[in-house]
Amino acid sequence: MTGHITGRNLVASYPAPGGGILPALGPVSFDVAPGEFVCLLGPSGCGKSTLIRILGGLQLPSQGQAFLDGSLITQPSPQVALMFQESNLMPWRTVLQNIALPLELKGVEKVERMEAARHLLPGLGLGAEFADAYPGELSGGMAQRVALGRVLIQRPEVLLLDEPFGALDALTREQITLDLMQVWAAEQQTVIMVTHNINEAILLADRILVFSQRPGRIIANIPVTLPRPRRIDDSYSDAFGQVAQQVRAAVRQAHPVMG
Amino acid sequence: MNLITDRRRLLMHLRRFAPWLMLFGLVLVWQLIYMLRVYPPFIIPAPVDVLVKFRDVLLDGRLFNHTIATLVNVLVGLVAGLLLALTLGYAIAKTPILEDILSPIIVAIQSAPVVAYAPLLVIWFGSGPSSKIVTGALIVFFPMLMNTIVGIRNVPASLKDLMRSMQATPWQTFTRLEIPSAMPILMSGLKISATLAVIGAVVGEFISSNAGLGFLINLARSQYDTPLVLVAVLMLTLIARLLYGVVSLLERSLLSWQRRSQRN
Ligand SMILES: Nc1ncnc2c1ncn2[C@@H]1O[C@H](COP(=O)(O)OP(=O)(O)OP(=O)(O)O)[C@@H](O)[C@H]1O
Ligand SMILES: [Mg+2]
Repeated sequence: MTGHITGRNLVASYPAPGGGILPALGPVSFDVAPGEFVCLLGPSGCGKSTLIRILGGLQLPSQGQAFLDGSLITQPSPQVALMFQESNLMPWRTVLQNIALPLELKGVEKVERMEAARHLLPGLGLGAEFADAYPGELSGGMAQRVALGRVLIQRPEVLLLDEPFGALDALTREQITLDLMQVWAAEQQTVIMVTHNINEAILLADRILVFSQRPGRIIANIPVTLPRPRRIDDSYSDAFGQVAQQVRAAVRQAHPVMG
Repeated sequence: MNLITDRRRLLMHLRRFAPWLMLFGLVLVWQLIYMLRVYPPFIIPAPVDVLVKFRDVLLDGRLFNHTIATLVNVLVGLVAGLLLALTLGYAIAKTPILEDILSPIIVAIQSAPVVAYAPLLVIWFGSGPSSKIVTGALIVFFPMLMNTIVGIRNVPASLKDLMRSMQATPWQTFTRLEIPSAMPILMSGLKISATLAVIGAVVGEFISSNAGLGFLINLARSQYDTPLVLVAVLMLTLIARLLYGVVSLLERSLLSWQRRSQRN
């Protein structure tokens, strides 16, 4: 089984707006086992997106190393699919063409890749009538679902999801959380997902990493041992409540002002 | 209720016919000026004289030959200028150092009026078509170059990251991202360029030539054949307008996604 991700003393910094350097992340060290589902929780601006970009090979850390199956991550890997915080669709491509883009780049025949994209629509909660719509004709939530489709069609070993459901309403969000859980149960990918929603994290994750304020460090590593398959109703159970309490306490610690 | 819809319909008809009404009015005024003899006929000939002249040069084949000559100059100049601007613009957008090296030359060419340096081009490239083509290409070059640079530089970094994360090759990034992303601004550059190409070719023909509508205008002017001057000018207007129309059609089909996206 592959899809083993490791971070060793990862540090990221940016040039500060007024000169000097702005520490954005770390140092953080962690280990994500093949097939594990890990959620990242933390205050805004603590470097979660930065970490996702480093793991996706889009940017190099200022210090430390990230590994995929033991080899240093220096560039994007075909085994890894990344979903950005913004939907990042190409406005000149229709919904289907956007979803099928990764297959197009791999040289899959047009008929075949469009068919594969069309198959994904129901699972994404997108009606067939939107297949040929352009992103400019979609709502923010629909655009995010298209972006999720573009990630899933790659059938990667590792999924890096940066707040994938940010723009969705509560109900759709629950539905798509369940759908994602199903996909993961079937394909057993390694998933690292950023979210701000504690319940969602507990429902999905094997483990939750809570980050401090910028520069983000891991201040809590909370395993979620609730039995699977999990359902929305599980969030009313006592066991769920206990994990939630634990996570909330850690998150509160990350926000000293609010604590 | 009915009155309002009737009025709206009337307004719509009016809008459709407004340009033709305007044209008709203009010809009418022109005819009046002629009939009142405000100016001698060799300065303002009658509309019908122009029409007769048009028929004559059409029948003796001169109009056709000169129009084709100009059209070839325009099109070849346009395509040459476009290709040059697109390749150089792309290279400059990708390598800023090229911009530093080339900008003095480019700015100098752009700042000098074409009419001023066109004689030089005739000296260098002869009085055949090549000097007209070079003039057209140069005048087309600058706006297209600027639009290419801006278009390529404005490709969103987030989409470049997306392509990178999906292992896109440089060629795939070029064809699937850079070209479509820059297309709207390239198209507006092309619209400007298409009209400018006509100016370039005619300026070249004015300086020295033995064919083309610019040559015909020069010839007619020296013989005080004002109707022929008008025929040639109208022909040039038609060419420019047609080119613009073709580019607009191209834009509509290439950028149909933009119109659909803007609807809501
Ligand atoms: N390209 C960049 N240039 C300069 N500074 C940056 C850049 N990207 C991020 N930063 C800074 O790094 C810090 C971390 O940013 P990042 O986007 O990783 O945060 P985040 O945890 O994803 O926040 P959010 O939850 O709001 O998405 C922020 O303070 C931000 O200002
Ligand atoms: Mg973020």
